[in-house]
Amino acid sequence: MATTSKPVDFRILKRRLRYGDTIFHGLVLLGALTILATLVAMVWILASQSTDSITHFGFGFFTSSTWNPVQNQFGALPAIYGTVASSILALLIAVPISIGVAIFLSEVAPGPIRVPASFLVEMLAAVPSVVFGLWGLFVLAPKIRDPLERILGDYFGWLPLFKGAHLGIGILAAGIILAIMILPIITAISRDVLRAVPRSQREAALALGATKWETIWSVVLPYARPGITGAVILGLGRAVGETMAVTMLIGNAYKINISLFSPGNTLASSIASELGESSGLYRSAIIELGLVLLAVTVLINVAARLLIWRISTHAGGDLRA
Amino acid sequence: MRQRRRRITNTVMMMAVTACAAVAIGLMFLIVGYIAVKGISYLNPTFVTSTPAPLGETGGGIKHAIVGTVILVGIAMALAVPAGIAAGVFLSEYAGPRVRLVLRFLADTLTGVPSIVVGVFIYALIVIHTGFSALSGGVALAVIMLPIVARTAEEALYLVPRDQREAALALGTPKWRVVSSIAVPSAPPAITTGCLLAIARAAGETAPLLFTALGNNFYSTSINDPIAAMPIIIFRYALTPYAVLHDQAWATAFILVALMLVLSAVTRWVVSRGAGQLQ
Repeated sequence: MATTSKPVDFRILKRRLRYGDTIFHGLVLLGALTILATLVAMVWILASQSTDSITHFGFGFFTSSTWNPVQNQFGALPAIYGTVASSILALLIAVPISIGVAIFLSEVAPGPIRVPASFLVEMLAAVPSVVFGLWGLFVLAPKIRDPLERILGDYFGWLPLFKGAHLGIGILAAGIILAIMILPIITAISRDVLRAVPRSQREAALALGATKWETIWSVVLPYARPGITGAVILGLGRAVGETMAVTMLIGNAYKINISLFSPGNTLASSIASELGESSGLYRSAIIELGLVLLAVTVLINVAARLLIWRISTHAGGDLRA
Repeated sequence: MRQRRRRITNTVMMMAVTACAAVAIGLMFLIVGYIAVKGISYLNPTFVTSTPAPLGETGGGIKHAIVGTVILVGIAMALAVPAGIAAGVFLSEYAGPRVRLVLRFLADTLTGVPSIVVGVFIYALIVIHTGFSALSGGVALAVIMLPIVARTAEEALYLVPRDQREAALALGTPKWRVVSSIAVPSAPPAITTGCLLAIARAAGETAPLLFTALGNNFYSTSINDPIAAMPIIIFRYALTPYAVLHDQAWATAFILVALMLVLSAVTRWVVSRGAGQLQ
């Protein structure tokens, strides 16, 4: 700028520098605004594209269990039921194990194996969803059909949950694959939350003569409860929105059946298997499923982040989900 | 008596949490190991250098899908990396505390949006009007990458020592020069990490591509036509009844998982090195 042969005109230089700042500020602001714009556009586009379905079915969309593209009758209840059932099942399986792993990694494991063990658990998170689907379809589903469903059917067949044909694929399979997929995220966040519990708390309990487990159970876990709850809710958000593996394992059937052995559908799997071939009201109804899924996952994520955030500011650490 | 019960409870619970860890790590080896065994047994050089053979013939490969994934991720990077870094710079250098909190929150919310919803969004925004295309697939992946790049870039910039900025500012350097020539270049390992993480995430995504890039059985490099991608190949081949296509799905899964693991290992290495340097 100042390399001209004339003496430097400081007014011009100053102006240029100021412009530079304004332009740069504008550019980075634009980058930041793309995040806002994407979210706003997402809500707007999904809402406007599902207007047909919203006006046509109204609230009945959530209470009707008919999904019939031929007669243009669409109700989301089977998909909502499948989403809730598979996600709850996934949480029931994954939460105890994840918290156990987190306790192991943060409280029990000897120093040298903590980092490699965490790394190995988190490697599961790097496997793409569709690969879990492939593994689930060819390796897990046959094992679920026999022995798992056979044993459950033999011993607990009197329960409505375990009635019906043993197919391998179905809500049980979807719940199990989801449990494996959300295990690393719940583990990673819970472990960070446990580490944020101050040492003094543990030392006080140990000094009173508590065993290691008593310290963990009555001091460390209660202290970390909000954060662990946040981790679990975040895992739930992941499970609710998970698509590929579930689509490949749930069997894609629009029916509500209390038995875990029966095929079903989730919001995400309905979209994945049907949006491509739809048009008109059919398409609008599927996009409304997307809108519902967006609303639910955003609410879940907000709740989870508020909880995790509260404990991390409380404990003075900086935790990232 | 009571003492003994407490000791036994302690031992049992310690064993239980250790067993949990063993189960988790065992699952990881089981899944990754199975993919490796199945994938490697089919993998050969022609698999990655040839396009699909007509059904019924043996052989054929996934060159079209490898090229397709590279193109899709390339488009996504071209869109998301500049915007994401800009957003990260804004968050760390310009935003006031309240704006920062809101924007961070929005970025985290966008990260939490299921990838299938991103796919529906881009389908409704672009594909309904122009048809399936590689470009729309790239845009969908960019939406997924954007918040990841933005948040990691922001975190990376916090690692740059204040003294460096202050020294430059004291010399009369305008703020934009301080940021663009000092802060951003000093934070490259961590920013690269964010981009690698985002690439790893995007390359493995299937759901956003189902109604945008769609997949293609033929070799294509046009951004206006449907394009193949490795995750779509796995999904579609797995659902066919042909054993040879199942084998190809395993081999593709192996390539994809190997890529993910290498990227995440590199990421960790860069992070540990970068953190060491800056402290």
